[in-house]
Amino acid sequence: MCIDCGCGPVEHHHHEHDHQHDHHEHAVPRTVRKISVEEDILAKNNRLAMANRELFARHGLLVLNLVSSPGSGKTTILETTLAELKNEIGFAVLEGDQQTSNDADRIAATGVPAHQINTGAGCHLDAHMVGHGSEHFDLGKTDVLMIENVGNLVCPASFDLGEDAKVAVLSVTEGEDKPLKYPQMFRASKLMLINKIDLLPHLRFNLEVCRDYARRINPEIEIIELSCFSGEGLDRWYHWLRARLAEKKS
Amino acid sequence: MHELGITQSIVEIAERTARQQQAHKVLSVTVELGSLSGVVPEALEFCYEACSNGTLLEGSQLLIERIAARARCRDCQREFPLEELLACCPDCGSAAANLLSGEELRIKEMEVD
Repeated sequence: MCIDCGCGPVEHHHHEHDHQHDHHEHAVPRTVRKISVEEDILAKNNRLAMANRELFARHGLLVLNLVSSPGSGKTTILETTLAELKNEIGFAVLEGDQQTSNDADRIAATGVPAHQINTGAGCHLDAHMVGHGSEHFDLGKTDVLMIENVGNLVCPASFDLGEDAKVAVLSVTEGEDKPLKYPQMFRASKLMLINKIDLLPHLRFNLEVCRDYARRINPEIEIIELSCFSGEGLDRWYHWLRARLAEKKS
Repeated sequence: MHELGITQSIVEIAERTARQQQAHKVLSVTVELGSLSGVVPEALEFCYEACSNGTLLEGSQLLIERIAARARCRDCQREFPLEELLACCPDCGSAAANLLSGEELRIKEMEVD
């Protein structure tokens, strides 16, 4: 029985509502009445996210939630990062996709513990999935938990997973106006990685305009341009990662 | 389509509250929805009937109250309404503003029997 979410060992939540108690013995007046509720609809997710956050904090974990459209290069950024830093930093990776374990297989090939969460029809990861997903790792031996969210710039913005920061990945083939088209996500992110910059000579992508759009949505957003293919900018990303981890450990 | 999960949460919260209040039936649920909440009202309405079937909410009405977004300029402190996240202060033109409302996603009240 999970204390935080109340779900049993089998993860299906069958709340059968057929036990209609007859309350006539309590003499409850059957009158039409208004009840004030004032409850946040995402309260349950937010509560589970807080439980995740407390769990991660107990282990001094840095937790990043990578969000982007499909195909922006999240998995490649992870593969590259893990290959470079895995001897220095203890990583674990949660992979979210609707179907297949392809991404978790790619991460596992680097030798870093990985677990795939298949959301089925779901368009985002939620705090419940991440809480149970993290049970697959030895958190005591982990410094950084990377969560690769489902490729989607809309829905994951609303669901707190208990992470320290959202990292939005935008590849230069997508067009520089993505921050304007999906402002919620870029507003919620601490860092934006502009990926695949080795392709810039072949595209009409204006880096400066893209940075400006992102800052108009989120004046505090940090921005790093990089390419896993040429290696350009990766050192800045690694520096950012090490600095966040150092903050966490201090 | 995260509106499906959100609608399921609405039904879950409303049904729990109704049972706590020993109600037999939910007649309507009023939801406050900020214009920048990222949730499409039509999609909520679309999911509501399917999600409420077989619960105390079956046959009930979903009432959506839209909440307009407002922000306060960080530079000149003026408060102003905004239609989208990308908005500049109408006075000083600054793009830095703190959102005061518009992200609500809350069950306000419900009518039960």
